[in-house]
Amino acid sequence: MSKLFTVSPSPHNYGKDTVRSLMYGVIIALIPTLAISLYFFGLGALIVTLVSVVSALIFEYLITKFLLKKQPDILDGSALITGLLLAFNVPSNLPIIIIIIGALVAIGIGKMTFGGLGNNPFNPALVGRVFLLISFPVQMTSWPLPIQSRMHYLDAMTGATPLGIVKEGIKNGEKVSDLMSQIPSHMQLFIGNMGGSLGEVAGIAILLGLAWLLYKKVITWHIPISMIGTIVIFTGILWLINPDKYLDPLFHVLTGGVLLGAVFMATDYVTSPMTHKGMIIFGIGIGFLTVIIRIFGAYPEGVSFAILIMNAFVPLINMYVKPKRFGEVINNG
Amino acid sequence: MLKTFSKGGVHPAENKLSAEQSIKTLPIPKTVTIPISQHIGAPATVIVKKNDIVKVGQIIAQSGGFVSANIHSSVSGKVTKIDSFMDSSGYKKQAVVIDVEGDEWDESIVKNNEVIRDCNLSSEEIIKKVGELGIVGLGGATFPSQVKLSVPKGMTAEVLIINGVECEPYLTSDHRLMLEKGLEMLVGTSILMKALNVTKAIVGIENNKKDAIEHLTKLSEKFSGIEVQALKVKYPQGGEKQLIKALINREVPSGGLPIAVGAVVHNVGTAYAVYEAVQKNKPLFERVVSVTGKSVKNPSNYLTRIGTSVSELIEAAGGLPEDTGKVISGGPMMGKALNTIDVPVTKGTSGVLIIPEGESRRGKVSDCIRCSKCVSVCPMGLEPFLLMTVAEKQNYERAEKEKTMDCIECGSCSYTCPSNRPLLDYIRLSKFEVGKIMRSRKS
Repeated sequence: MSKLFTVSPSPHNYGKDTVRSLMYGVIIALIPTLAISLYFFGLGALIVTLVSVVSALIFEYLITKFLLKKQPDILDGSALITGLLLAFNVPSNLPIIIIIIGALVAIGIGKMTFGGLGNNPFNPALVGRVFLLISFPVQMTSWPLPIQSRMHYLDAMTGATPLGIVKEGIKNGEKVSDLMSQIPSHMQLFIGNMGGSLGEVAGIAILLGLAWLLYKKVITWHIPISMIGTIVIFTGILWLINPDKYLDPLFHVLTGGVLLGAVFMATDYVTSPMTHKGMIIFGIGIGFLTVIIRIFGAYPEGVSFAILIMNAFVPLINMYVKPKRFGEVINNG
Repeated sequence: MLKTFSKGGVHPAENKLSAEQSIKTLPIPKTVTIPISQHIGAPATVIVKKNDIVKVGQIIAQSGGFVSANIHSSVSGKVTKIDSFMDSSGYKKQAVVIDVEGDEWDESIVKNNEVIRDCNLSSEEIIKKVGELGIVGLGGATFPSQVKLSVPKGMTAEVLIINGVECEPYLTSDHRLMLEKGLEMLVGTSILMKALNVTKAIVGIENNKKDAIEHLTKLSEKFSGIEVQALKVKYPQGGEKQLIKALINREVPSGGLPIAVGAVVHNVGTAYAVYEAVQKNKPLFERVVSVTGKSVKNPSNYLTRIGTSVSELIEAAGGLPEDTGKVISGGPMMGKALNTIDVPVTKGTSGVLIIPEGESRRGKVSDCIRCSKCVSVCPMGLEPFLLMTVAEKQNYERAEKEKTMDCIECGSCSYTCPSNRPLLDYIRLSKFEVGKIMRSRKS
C-alpha cells in the first residue's frame, strides 16, 4: 500500500470568488462616490465617513466576540460596507454621537440580531438610517450646501435638497417650471452639486461604480435597471399628464438617492431575491413604492423605505419565483 | 456568434497542459487487474478460472444483464487471481488478475493500421457487435453503448451527436484522438449513424480545440451527413443535455432521455472504439488516458491497456511529485479522488490528474451570503442553495419538488460558491434519499 491521498467528492476545482473578494469589489465601486462627496462636503464628509466606518467595525467585533461568541472577522468587508453606506445616507453635518447610534442600530439590530452576515432580512445600513431619520428628524434633514461647507462640519451652512424644495413648492401650489429656477440644472445634479446625503448626490460617480460592479460580475443588471426603469416610466407618465404638477423622470432619478439605492442598497446580496426574475420583481416593487412615497407620502425621497418594504417581500418572492428549470417547458423547434 | 447552451455554466481555467503531446503507447505492464464492473449496470460474470491462459482480446467476463457489458483481457498471459480489489470507486470489487506473458492477440483481431471505410453490416449486426466487444461510453459515464443504440419502441432517432467537447479542464485524450485518429473516428460515426438509421450527425467541439475543428471539418467533407460544429467554450457543455441544447436547441425533458427529443449522444472516444470493434474486430481493452497536473513533469496522453495500475501511468509521466495531495481519476470538476494510486485503469478512466497538497483541500465554509451565484450558474435551472438547505433539514419531499433529481452533478455551484459551501455534497445526499423514496413508491 502506498501513500494515502486526500479524498473528497467532486468538484476539486474552485472559482476565484470569495466573500472577501466580492465585498472588496463593492468597496472599490464605492470609491468614486466617496471621492466626490469629499470634494463637495469636505471636512464633514470625512468625519462622518470615518466615524461611521470605525464604529461599525468596532460594534461588529464586540458583538461577534462577546454576544455571538464567535471568532470575529471584521475585515471580511461587510461591516466596512455597512459603515460606508450608512455614512453615504446621512448629511455631512451629523453629530458624532448620532452617527455612532446609527452604526450600533445598523450592525447590532440590523445585522447581528439575526445571526450576522447572510442572515439578516433587512439592509443593515438602511435600518440604521431609517432609525436615525425617525429618531433625529431635525439633524437628519438639515443638508449642508455643497462646496461652501467644505471646511465646516457641525457649523456648515445648510439648505433644502432639490426634491425638498420642489415638494414644498408643489404643496404651496407653485408650478414646477417656476420651481426649477430655484434648483441646480440636471447637469449639476448629475455631477452631485446639490444638497443631500453625502453619498447620494453624485450620479456620475455611482454610475462609475455600477459599471465596475457589472464588469467584475459582483452584481447583475436586473435590480438597478428594473428599479430605475420603473421610476422613469411611472414618473414619466405622470409628467406627460401634467408637467406643471409633476417632475420629469430624469430629475427623479438624479435626486433623493435613487441611484445610490439602486446600485448599492437594493443590490445587497443578503436582502435581495435569488433569481433573476425575482430580482426584476423586487426592482419594480422598489421603483413603484419610491414614486408612491414621493408623490403621495410625507417624505420627499422614499428610496430607503421602499427598499426596506421590499426586503420584507424577499422570502415570499423566493418562495414563488423559481428559475425556469431545464427541460420543464418543452419547446423543441 | 458561436453556439452554446443557454442556461448557466462556468469558465474554469482550462489548463490543457498535455494538448500538444501526441498519444504514446504505454509499455505493457507485468500484471493487470481487470475489474468486472467497469460500466453502469450489472457487473459481468467471470468465465475464466485461475491458471487459465488468455490472449489479448479474449472475453474473460460475460455481460450480466441487459444493461451490462462484456469484459475482455487486455493482455496475454495467465490468470493468477480472481478476487476483490479496490478500484477507483474506493470500494472492493471483483477483478481478474493476469500475469503478462508476451503480447499474443486473438486471431480474429485485425492488427494493421489500414483504415477500412466501408461497412456492410446491417443495423442489428452492428449493435450486436458493439455489445459483444464490450463497448461502453468513454466520456466517463461508461453506459453500455449497445443499449444506447437500441432505440426503444415508439421512438425514433433523428440525429446522432458526437461529443468532442471535452469541457473538463486538464483532460486532452479526446482532443488528441480527434487529431490523430480523426478519420477512424468519423468512420465510427458513420457506422453509428447506420446502426441508428439516421442521416445526420453533428460533431460538437469547443472552440479551444481549433486544430481539431479544422482537421475534422476537412475530413468530414468526404462523409455525407456529418457536420462539425464549433462551440463557445463553457462548462459543462459536454453534459449530454447541454450539448443537445447547444447543437440542436432542444431540451431533454426533466427525467427523460435524449432519445425523447430524437437525439443520441456518443463520445468521440466511443465512436473510435466502435470503429475498431466493427471494422477490426477489436474489443475495448485499451484507451487513451491523459496524465496531467501542474506539478507533473511530463503531462502526456497514453494509450493504456485496461487494468494497468494508475501508478505505472504516473511513473511514465515523470513520477509522482513530492507535494502531491490529491490524485483524481477524471477531470477536476467531476472526477473521483483516489485514496491510493494502486488502482487499475478502467474503461471510464479518461485522465489521471495530480493536484499538489496546497490546492487539494477545500476552503473554510462560511454562512451563505445569498449572492445567488449558484442559481445563475446551474445549467439545469435549479436552486442549489435551497436544495442544500432542504437536504440539511432532511426535507426530501421538498427536495423532490424542487427537482433535485434533475441535478447532473456538474459541480458548477460548489465551484462558484464564495462561501465554499458543500452544495453538491448535500444535493448528492438528497438525490440518494429521494431516489430511495421514489423506488419504494414504485414497488
